[in-house]
Amino acid sequence: MKLKLVLEILGFVALAVLVAVMPSFVSDFHSREFAIVGMYFIALLGLGVLTGYSGQISLGHGAFMAIGGYTTAILSVDGISGHPVRDIWTIPIAGVVAGLAGLLVGLPALRLSGLYLALITFGIAVSFPQLPKKFGGFLGGTSGQILNLVKAPFGLDLTPNDWMYYLTWGIALVLLAVAWWLLRGPTGRALQAIRDSEVAAASSGINLAFYKTLAFGISAFYAGVAGALYAMASAYVNPDTFPIILSIYLVVGLAVGGLGSLAGLIAGAALIYFLQNHADTVARWVNHLPAVDLNPKQPGISSAIFGAVLILVMLLLPTGAGGLLRKVFRPLTTRLYTRS
Amino acid sequence: MAVAAFTWTEFAQQLAAGIREGAIYAGLALALVIIYRSTRVINFAQGELATFTTFIAWSLMNHGLSFWSAFPIVLAIAFTGGVAIERILIRPVENASVLTIVIITLGLALLLNGLMSIIWGGQNRQFHGPFSTRTIDVGGVPISVQDIGIVVTSLALVALLALFFRYTKLGLAMRAAAVNPASSRLVGVRVSWMLALGWGIAAVLGAVAGMMIAPVVFLDPNMMQTILLYAFAAAVLGGLDSPLGAVVGGILLGVTITLLGRYVEFIGSTLKLPAALLLILVLLLVRPGGLFGKVAVRRV
Repeated sequence: MKLKLVLEILGFVALAVLVAVMPSFVSDFHSREFAIVGMYFIALLGLGVLTGYSGQISLGHGAFMAIGGYTTAILSVDGISGHPVRDIWTIPIAGVVAGLAGLLVGLPALRLSGLYLALITFGIAVSFPQLPKKFGGFLGGTSGQILNLVKAPFGLDLTPNDWMYYLTWGIALVLLAVAWWLLRGPTGRALQAIRDSEVAAASSGINLAFYKTLAFGISAFYAGVAGALYAMASAYVNPDTFPIILSIYLVVGLAVGGLGSLAGLIAGAALIYFLQNHADTVARWVNHLPAVDLNPKQPGISSAIFGAVLILVMLLLPTGAGGLLRKVFRPLTTRLYTRS
Repeated sequence: MAVAAFTWTEFAQQLAAGIREGAIYAGLALALVIIYRSTRVINFAQGELATFTTFIAWSLMNHGLSFWSAFPIVLAIAFTGGVAIERILIRPVENASVLTIVIITLGLALLLNGLMSIIWGGQNRQFHGPFSTRTIDVGGVPISVQDIGIVVTSLALVALLALFFRYTKLGLAMRAAAVNPASSRLVGVRVSWMLALGWGIAAVLGAVAGMMIAPVVFLDPNMMQTILLYAFAAAVLGGLDSPLGAVVGGILLGVTITLLGRYVEFIGSTLKLPAALLLILVLLLVRPGGLFGKVAVRRV
């Protein structure tokens, strides 16, 4: 157990160092790309706690991201009774607001399991974009709300993209550490017990209602933080900033990253970003195959490729990138893993 | 946005429109239920499958076939496609977690949606249905022939399916495979092929729903997305494992939503879907198995 802990801490430190030095090696535009990957990573961490550990499927996390994003937009533009709030201070508030929404959704979730929950949360994802249209005066309607452009505070000499990068990954690393600390203790064990058998967990004295709702709240908090950052980076929010498909992308990222593996989620986040924005690159690779001639810019290509990659990954790697990593390192860590 | 004065004629028309919507939801909900019963999977690609087959019908009709001559061809293609999907994509992960299978069907939905944009383009297309849109007088209420045709076709299909499951050996074998795979295998039912047949039948149901609704809305790659959500809601409303529930749930939902959208000003057309979801959420809290579903009792 001790060696595993050391390895995990070393891995975390390596990741932190990598994150810190990255902007020196890449262009400003790439910093922005990595920042967005970091936002997906934060949202995936939350989803990982919920689905990977407590076993509840949510297809509605895009809506929690949207709640976070809208909270940031409203606070930093309209502010509290006319006093705009500095954008970075809206991030924790956005997380808390989304977290409260998550607790609220978590309550009915207590009585729903598996696919019913997936459907209800999917419904939330689909319904959410209707709200800004309905309550246009408050939420900005279809055209949305424009945020102030992000600027590095405290006189830091950083471009906006580099600042977003450091801010996002700084928060991501803290939240990764928090999730890791939370999940390796009694909370994590309780959640996994619930995932594996609710009845058995309840019989062992685990408070099902408390832990399942808690998982929802934590998970929505993470999504809210990610949404707040995303709104800041986009500089506006409208119903299309957090499209319905986002919720699906998140679940996909989770499955690709691997359930029950926090670090593997970075791979999932990168895949979401890459396939969403660079499907034309994939189309060009596919064109190298004989008898294939795709026009990379054609509409529909990105969606088709995303779908095809998804199916292939699920068929070939049902445990995701995290599962693959675990398999590769199994000989090294077999003795150290208590769970199979 | 003032609500016009209430008249019984208009109410009856809204009711008819609601039943028509409901018949479409019922068809798709039934497709979902058939797959759910046999494989415990919600097929998120059901809507895109239906749209895809409707596009095939559109292409055939564009090449000069009439609707009713294209109809059986499309159904045959849908059936083959459904079976093939189960064999190629679902069979290898039969024993994987729910999440894995859900994601494969989501991937399939994205893939099909993209393919439709690539093959047919993203624009709206007019789809000429088999029924005329002129209205006839039913007890003083003008109702379009198309609406009646849609309801009759959908319900006829449901009835046909009920007969198939009730009176044919194959139907019985499919039900057996869904209820108790192990025992069915012992009496010689080829369980895994029964599951594939279920996918085939579901694809056919989807194709019919698609071809029925396409003349009412326009045909485009995203045509079925909202409808699929209502179908989910309908299936859950009726109880995910009850075919009768899917049909009753579909029609109930269609009527409720249409009337709510028309007569409750706050809901209007923007909050119809959230209203539908709130409705099923409340129902699920009261009756976790839906209206007709059974709550599974599990042994630990």
